[in-house]
Amino acid sequence: MSPTFTELTVGQDLGSRTMEVTRTDLVKYAGASGDFNPIHWNEAFATGVGLPGVIAHGMFTMGAAVQLVTDWAGDPAAVVDFQTRFSKPVPVADTTGTPDAGAVIEVGAVIGALDADAGTARVDLTVVSGGQKVLMKAQAVVKVA
Amino acid sequence: MTINPDLQGRSYPAAEVYDVGREKIREFARAVKATHPAHFDVEAARSLGHADLVAPPTFAIIVAQRADAQLIADPASGIDFSRVVHADQRFVHHRPITAGDRLVAELHVDGVRAMGGGAMITTRAEIFAVTGGDAEADAGQRVPVATTTSSILVRGEGQ
Repeated sequence: MSPTFTELTVGQDLGSRTMEVTRTDLVKYAGASGDFNPIHWNEAFATGVGLPGVIAHGMFTMGAAVQLVTDWAGDPAAVVDFQTRFSKPVPVADTTGTPDAGAVIEVGAVIGALDADAGTARVDLTVVSGGQKVLMKAQAVVKVA
Repeated sequence: MTINPDLQGRSYPAAEVYDVGREKIREFARAVKATHPAHFDVEAARSLGHADLVAPPTFAIIVAQRADAQLIADPASGIDFSRVVHADQRFVHHRPITAGDRLVAELHVDGVRAMGGGAMITTRAEIFAVTGGDAEADAGQRVPVATTTSSILVRGEGQ
């Protein structure tokens, strides 16, 4: 079911999602994206360049956060514009061999603006991990029928 | 090593063609925990009016970061990749990316700004679809697909 423009209101809550992240997820993202920067998979390297430890790719967090919008929109191609600032790193603990998450990312979405002429809705995402906003100004513009 | 301020305004022309494959779309979609059927099932994508599997909204980063790699690898840039932090990112889609697309990216360095001992570098990749196999020969008949903008912070010593 795709949303209908006239039924949308600014401030409308589009729901939330909690995602568990492991080191395996980061290795998968590295392979899928081609971003093999060792700060995303090697602890010694990450701490050696002054990071708290291995951190998630900003693009992993951005790409995973937008799934809430894609599913709501009904067609991934309806997301015509998507931007964010990476405000805090997401450290991912090494929980290999255990069922535990290395980090938890919580995503919430509300409608931030509506443009009737363009037939678009701006969806504002709140993305939090470890009690901190890890993305700022995370906004997806969605074409709505 | 310091960042070369003359980078601003520099462009890197479209180089090799990136062939968008179905399995790469599926792999990337799984990697960002996407579950929408249009990324996995050709019939589901076609029922939405697409020619083939649809790429997730951030898929173009693969092509954009390949273009960025030309800048980072350029010895004249002075960029130490291990000190790079991604600061912001934007995707503007002119049309959806689907399996079977042949993409090229033109990279533009839009901004270089000193930040403490480091620098903030803003790049823009103009991504086009080409119909043949040669980026240069097809320059006249390419179709705009996406514009990606990215800022990276190259941390200075002690940052």
